[in-house]
Amino acid sequence: MGRYVIRRLLQMVPVFVGATFLIFVMVYALGDPVAALSGDRAPDPATAAQIRRELHLDQPLWQQYLHYMGQIFTGNFGTTFDGQQVLDKMGTAFPVTLRLTAVAVVAEIVVGVTLGVLGGLRRGRLLDSGVLVLTLIVVSVPTFVSGYVLQYLLGVKWAWVSPAVALGAPLDELLLPGCVLALVSLAYVTRLTRTSIAENARADYVRTAVAKGLPRRRIVVRHLLRNSLIPVVTFIGADIGTLMGGAVVTERIFNVHGVGYELYQGIVRQNSPTVVGFVTVLVIVFLLANLIVDLLYAVLDPRIRYA
Amino acid sequence: MTAEGTRQEDGSGGGVLLDVRELKVEFRTRDGVAHAVNGVNYRVSAGETLAVLGESGSGKSVTAQAVLGILDTPPGHVTGGEILFHGRDLLRMGAEERRRIRGTRLAMIFQDALSALNPVLSVGTQLGEMFEVHRGMSRKEARGCAAELMDRVRIPAARSRVGDYPHQFSGGMRQRIMIAMALALGPDLIIADEPTTALDVTVQAQVMDLLAELRREYAMGLVLITHDLGVVADVADRIAVMYAGRIVETAPVHDLYRAPAHPYTRGLLDSIPRLDQKGRELYAIKGLPPSLTAIPPGCPFHPRCPKAQDVCRTDRPPLYDVAPGRASACHFWEETISERGDRR
Repeated sequence: MGRYVIRRLLQMVPVFVGATFLIFVMVYALGDPVAALSGDRAPDPATAAQIRRELHLDQPLWQQYLHYMGQIFTGNFGTTFDGQQVLDKMGTAFPVTLRLTAVAVVAEIVVGVTLGVLGGLRRGRLLDSGVLVLTLIVVSVPTFVSGYVLQYLLGVKWAWVSPAVALGAPLDELLLPGCVLALVSLAYVTRLTRTSIAENARADYVRTAVAKGLPRRRIVVRHLLRNSLIPVVTFIGADIGTLMGGAVVTERIFNVHGVGYELYQGIVRQNSPTVVGFVTVLVIVFLLANLIVDLLYAVLDPRIRYA
Repeated sequence: MTAEGTRQEDGSGGGVLLDVRELKVEFRTRDGVAHAVNGVNYRVSAGETLAVLGESGSGKSVTAQAVLGILDTPPGHVTGGEILFHGRDLLRMGAEERRRIRGTRLAMIFQDALSALNPVLSVGTQLGEMFEVHRGMSRKEARGCAAELMDRVRIPAARSRVGDYPHQFSGGMRQRIMIAMALALGPDLIIADEPTTALDVTVQAQVMDLLAELRREYAMGLVLITHDLGVVADVADRIAVMYAGRIVETAPVHDLYRAPAHPYTRGLLDSIPRLDQKGRELYAIKGLPPSLTAIPPGCPFHPRCPKAQDVCRTDRPPLYDVAPGRASACHFWEETISERGDRR
């Protein structure tokens, strides 16, 4: 197990380098940061040259990249062009997105798994068909549509919830954005759970459990659910990484000042250090989430052993 | 009708444990109704081993599933008959009462232990569960009982292996765990559905011996479902041969081997490879078992029967009493039974 983890961590290095280098190249190829810094006026050439030298912008790209990576590993994500520490921005943005993601994941587990189990146990009945149609609709409606519609209905028209999230992003105001963020994944979790339950319900070991005279509740919870949730748990685990990085649209709609919001601002304002810094952290989050999922898989299914 | 138990071992009494009467089961599928069981009758007394013999699709497993109440419904439905267990009809009991009987007084051993055991729970958990649910023991006590059981079915180093998972055991050991699970609460009757089919030949004998020995020790009734005549001879007291969802012959095991009273049984016996006939072509019953959606009229075996006459095509033979404890569903049982030796 230990050796497996080490091997996986080592495998992450090339993935991490490749991913971050690509981002680095793309962001810096976008435009001239010095020009962006000086706004509408053309910068004084001497000043521009000095800034370039200070920011190592006169060096070849690979040297810039190495320099940047070196700084990251000392915990310095650099300074944005407007003078803020990127690390400070992360310090405020990541907890907000983390909370948003947590709401989304809880919604996926509670609603998605419940609907999936009910549908799977009553395969082909009215409830099952209803859930299937509903998930199909949810999957085919993009987040920016469902988000705005729900914001308008629940937030503006009926005023049940606050239509926008305040700066501190309190948990109760994150409920609606969290559900909107979860919506598509939730539909997938429902379908995955349903299929998995329906398949396992016909398994021999379930018949054995019935033959043992176990109560139905115990058969479903201890035997059926335990086996059926293995693929679901792995899906949700991998989804956490996606949710954190993919909250751009949702955070824009509900004015949540999280990672997606900062990334969007960084891209619009050509604030390269913000973009590269945030994406770098997201890459790490994604890689770790995947590793944890794989390890979790071995915990859930004793037939899987990593050596 | 069918016979009484002929042998009672261990003085465990001859009370009829299980009495299946005119049981009918059908499967309603999209392609039509499959008549899997069409009026099966058999009895098992305490301490008796009944072997139910038949090809795939003869309805032997479906009968067992109906007895235990684990039929896949839908598509399977019991459409008639009675299943008396200790004189009470299981089919008329409420679901909860039936559940309490399952595992405690009536248990089942399945064919493929690897798929019949839950892959993600340790064997200790799966065995202990029986004591937790039916006896209200704590998890720790139940685990102790599980280890004891594993020791009883002679799993080496049982105590250190209670935490292991099914895939960590060999095929034979897994089947022992299945047996232990059935034995756990000392049931009156065990139904073993092809308990050795998935095992190596050498292991088959060990598992079969163990099962027979434990049956004697616990003085249980045993219904042994099999298609393997070799397995049956040493273990069973009586044999019931099934064909197309009906019992076609029932007899004490040695009588049946000596002189079968049904051409189908004769065919089965003749198709066993024998050492003294090495080199000769092996006998096979011609044709295939009938489709359960279209069982032939008259005697269902007539299209494959070497003795078939006109009457076989029109009249379904009842179970004729052949001798005390023997019955055959053949119009020409007298002729069949008097044919001695090898037909070839």
